[in-house]
Amino acid sequence: MARPPLTDAELIDRYGPHLNQAPPGGWNAGIEFDRVVDTHCCFCGQQCGIKLKVHDNEVVGFEPWYDFPFNEGKLCPKGVKRYLQGSHPDRVVYPMERDETAPGGFRRVSWDHALDRVVSEIRRIQDAYGPDSFAMLSGVSLTNEKSYLIGKFARLALHTANLDYNGRYCMVSAGAGNKKALGIDRASNPWSDIPLADVVWTAGTNIAETFPITTSYIWKARDRGARLIVQDPRVVPHARTADLFLPVRPGTDSALFGAVLHELIRHDWLDHDFIDAHTNDFDQAAAAVADMAPAWAADITGVPRARIEQAAEWWGTSATGMLLHARGIEQQSKGVDNVLGAINLGLATGKFGKPGCGVTTITGQGNGQGGREHGHKCDQLPGNRDITNPEHRAHVASVWGCDVDEIPGKGIPALEIIEAIHAGEIKGLLSICFNPLVSSPDSNFTREALDRLEFYSVIDFFVSESGHHADVILPGSLHEEDEGTSTSGEGRIIKINAAVEPPGEARRDWEILVDLADRLGSGHYFPYTDTHQIFEELRLASAGGTADYRGATWERIEAEHGLFWPIPEEGHPGTPRLYEGGRFYHPDGRAKFHAVPYRLPGEVVDADYPVWLTTGRVVSQYLSGTQTRRIAALVAQYPEPLCEMHPQLAERVGVADGDLVTVTSRRGTITLPAHVVATIRPDTVFIPYHWPGDKAANQLTQRVVDPTSKMPEFKVSAVRVEPAGGRVTTTDVRDFDLQGGAT
Amino acid sequence: MNVDARYGIDDAPVFVIDQSRCIGCEACVQACMECGTHRGQSLIHLERIDRAATTQTAPMVCMHCEDPTCAQVCPADAIKQTEGGIVQSALKPRCIGCSNCVLACPFGVPKYMAEIDQMMKCDMCTDRTSEGLKPMCASVCPSEALWYGTIDEFRENRTGSLLRDFMFGRQEVRTKVYTVVDELAAGPIDVMRGQAASWLDDPFALESGGT
Repeated sequence: MARPPLTDAELIDRYGPHLNQAPPGGWNAGIEFDRVVDTHCCFCGQQCGIKLKVHDNEVVGFEPWYDFPFNEGKLCPKGVKRYLQGSHPDRVVYPMERDETAPGGFRRVSWDHALDRVVSEIRRIQDAYGPDSFAMLSGVSLTNEKSYLIGKFARLALHTANLDYNGRYCMVSAGAGNKKALGIDRASNPWSDIPLADVVWTAGTNIAETFPITTSYIWKARDRGARLIVQDPRVVPHARTADLFLPVRPGTDSALFGAVLHELIRHDWLDHDFIDAHTNDFDQAAAAVADMAPAWAADITGVPRARIEQAAEWWGTSATGMLLHARGIEQQSKGVDNVLGAINLGLATGKFGKPGCGVTTITGQGNGQGGREHGHKCDQLPGNRDITNPEHRAHVASVWGCDVDEIPGKGIPALEIIEAIHAGEIKGLLSICFNPLVSSPDSNFTREALDRLEFYSVIDFFVSESGHHADVILPGSLHEEDEGTSTSGEGRIIKINAAVEPPGEARRDWEILVDLADRLGSGHYFPYTDTHQIFEELRLASAGGTADYRGATWERIEAEHGLFWPIPEEGHPGTPRLYEGGRFYHPDGRAKFHAVPYRLPGEVVDADYPVWLTTGRVVSQYLSGTQTRRIAALVAQYPEPLCEMHPQLAERVGVADGDLVTVTSRRGTITLPAHVVATIRPDTVFIPYHWPGDKAANQLTQRVVDPTSKMPEFKVSAVRVEPAGGRVTTTDVRDFDLQGGAT
Repeated sequence: MNVDARYGIDDAPVFVIDQSRCIGCEACVQACMECGTHRGQSLIHLERIDRAATTQTAPMVCMHCEDPTCAQVCPADAIKQTEGGIVQSALKPRCIGCSNCVLACPFGVPKYMAEIDQMMKCDMCTDRTSEGLKPMCASVCPSEALWYGTIDEFRENRTGSLLRDFMFGRQEVRTKVYTVVDELAAGPIDVMRGQAASWLDDPFALESGGT
């Protein structure tokens, strides 16, 4: 039974989000602290260094960590206010079980009761429907140690093939493209290469709002005289000073990359020596773009032909250049195509493996890099190994001390797990660090799916909207309550240090999993008494894989402000820049061009749904908002979703700034204020996705996925926009009248 | 506490604003609240210039004028400078809440806080800068639009000229805080000349039908 026990309003009243306004003791108490802990931000893949101030087992503030080389003290608003998630009134501090008769819909239970209940439900469901009928969903805000542990837990304690993670909605298109073309899935460069580029090309990445610290690297390149090219349907903040803006229509990025390759070939702006010595299949890529002239691409993409030609000239004739891409080109049914199209441009001009040269994704989630390497994915084992490869299975089985046949085969990816739940094929779910009701596409469908579970348990520190559907809630730990490592978007393994103990009866996530494994009869595989032991095992399990951590020790990671993998033996310096000397990671050492013919996105506009919708983030909120919607100052910065639209579209719809509009797709509908700005394509609207329920942008998005990466197409939908009647008095989000919160 | 102190008195660090680098993220607004003596009150301004037309934003700290207009017009003599030239918030026992300073400041910096009946303004995080630490806003600013360091460090790493002399009508104002402008050596800016054509004139190529 996984329906919420009470109404949404009643559950929100009890479990939040409430707003934490001030540090423990209040602003006027004066901030006293006993110690300062060097660690990292819990939010995005930049993983900025930060010092947390601690007093009486509470995080009471922060201090910039000037000596951490990546960010040198810099933080975005989320990083500044992250410490307010601790000591929060909404924190879950004891295990709870669904009970419609209890106040708040859940009753307090003991850990023994909660864990026994979870284990008995796992057994019941697996006995009745088979081992794969119980699935696990995880997330990459977790450390490497926890990500690794979850991969092992799902396979050796839950005995299910069906484990996947929320990076499926974030990094998988980049990962799949990287592996296909380059043989390895990691950022091509340390960020210190960005200022060395003569051209910086950002494709589908709203850097100022989603990776704010990266702005300083781009501005440093600009100080050196670098040109900036921005490819985006919106004039995002960092685009304002660009030399060239490519206002690409949603879902057409591969046509743009194709036309640029066409131009590179036509003008012979190619690095023939590099292509000959270090790559394969250039001819196939070239043949695929033979007809992709700029004039053709201009019609498809909406980018003027002259701008496409200009981009090609600058990229083709510059000695150095970096192309940075993110979810804009990746969260599409052509996500992998888009990534391969971008990589083709780097390979064609020899822009890999040299200072200031690279084509790289900007990893989105906190441990989006490390969390996608060590067995967290449905098809993966540690070291970025393939769960279907007999040699890879044998290596991991030898480290785990299990029979190779004990390791289940390949499972299904996250969205297919939701669909299998909806179809009644998966009956039970354990999730950690994942709020699918907000982050999955087609949220009305996701809600129906969660309602159909026979049993659902979550490990979480707050009761998220998905948690409303849980039968058992196990209170886990915040980032600052456990020790381990994560791997930043640069591929830099960094040390996360515990600042405080989990409050009340809450426990560290790994302790909960080890306890569950023990009760499931697999305790002998999980003999850990601390997370360092898990890391030591991860090193062995990753050894020899592409994501090789064998030589990384916690001591060196901390002393050297991080280590870049691959780091195959102790004493190895690590590998900040990949592909030096033109050495790629396919068995023959060469990179591979891919033919990328153009195809349409999963849904195209028509007479009934004539406007493109694209979704994304705002700077003050993070992902599904489970943490950031509880922090008053961040909520005040952008309290509710707005529908960004161009004045031309607003006129056609018949609305002005602040008027309520209803946006409808084939999946659902949302009503919200129009934000009329001339910084978005007139055929496109943008809605940020951080909110649940009737404010969820994902009510509109579709369950079409990339055929290779299984990434849903969050960035392209067809919608209708209509006046809803009524208006808000201002769309200056800072003037919104906020509902009062806790404390 | 001073392990991170970067600047001694002899280093003579300066505060620099480069509005063109601002990305509007409000890290400065959030961090200003966190300065030990600000107690949850953000004293920095972050202006959206014209959001309907552009994402341009502009942060504004106190410019810390050498001869501050706010202090000149204060009838209660409540606004004082430190020896280092930092113009402070109005002294609580003296401030009469008249808002003369709010109206007179050529940069629009002081804020009258009705709830405490007192003017408060950016004090360049005196508690931090007096110990050699960077102010909060310039510590966290992801784009280095707000920057704190020595003139040499600036010249080594950044482009543009530093400016701190302003004319407001016939009033000359010299500030402690620097603003970054285009290379002054290139000569005076001719505002009547107009700008070179840019994609910004028509980001989505609507004039030419999208091609």
